[in-house]
Amino acid sequence: MSTNTHAAGAHDHHHDDGHGHSTFSGYMLGFVLSVVLTAIPFWLVMSGALPSKQITALVIMAFAVVQIVVHMIYFLHMNTKSENGWSMMALIFTIVMVVIALSGSLWVMNHLNSNMMPIHEMTGMK
Amino acid sequence: MTVAVNPSQTGEPVFYLADEHPHPEGYSTSLGFWIYLMSDCLIFAMLFAAFGVLGANYAAGPAPKDLFDLDLVAVNTSMLLLSSITYGFAMLTMQQNKIAQTQMWLLITGLFGAAFIGIELTEFAHMIHEGATPQRSAFLSAFFTLVGTHGLHVSCGLIWLMTLMVQVWRFGLIEANRRRLMCLSMFWHFLDVVWIGVFTFVYLLGVLR
Repeated sequence: MSTNTHAAGAHDHHHDDGHGHSTFSGYMLGFVLSVVLTAIPFWLVMSGALPSKQITALVIMAFAVVQIVVHMIYFLHMNTKSENGWSMMALIFTIVMVVIALSGSLWVMNHLNSNMMPIHEMTGMK
Repeated sequence: MTVAVNPSQTGEPVFYLADEHPHPEGYSTSLGFWIYLMSDCLIFAMLFAAFGVLGANYAAGPAPKDLFDLDLVAVNTSMLLLSSITYGFAMLTMQQNKIAQTQMWLLITGLFGAAFIGIELTEFAHMIHEGATPQRSAFLSAFFTLVGTHGLHVSCGLIWLMTLMVQVWRFGLIEANRRRLMCLSMFWHFLDVVWIGVFTFVYLLGVLR
């Protein structure tokens, strides 16, 4: 497979080859989706439309994830074929690293924090 | 699989890979740049993690609710979003070889980007004026580091954008300039992706807390 793509790609590879072909409708669809996906979370927080803060937090985080995917597809032109799949491989690896680092840090430090709390209160520190 | 050819002046054989074939210039640039963006993504992930850990440590100082003006953040977000779509238009006109229109869209993108930086600096100045400096609390240290790093990236993007406008003005839409505009496109849209994380986790969740 690699010899195949090398033979074909050696002379025909251009800058845009690996990143799909951008179209006006693609950009506009991405833009409209992002505006909607940005406006709703702002409105939810500013108006307090949802009854509980936990639900609001979960909903706006879900909107953020969807919007990131929209940006990846319509603006960064990510797909499984670009650069023979290496872009996607790099992205998946990065996402795994980010998830481990973020969830690990928050989890560990949160436990540390709750274990430290009584000492803070006992010594009257603020 | 090495083959000896062309004995050099000293008589030593020169070795090279027989299956090495020439690639056109910039062949691997977009993948290389993508990998750079992924490494940048890890930097931001660490800053988000730091903010996530320290974001509630106000040290009896001001909390997000006292500091953040969501109207201003909404305006700022729209600036960045608009600059993303105008950069998209610049790429589309570039594909059609329309130099003047490409330059115009790049300029508009730059103006939106500059507006974003301007609003952010105004916000920072306002916060610092109120005593909410990075030294005030762990929350503010993490806030200024995360949002400041993003702002620094956008500023670098603006410098890059201006450089490329001069390049396109002087040399036209040559292959090298197209490649550079493609890289900046990825950089610019990537910063917009990071900003989604910033406005959601720092501003919206901060005010919600």
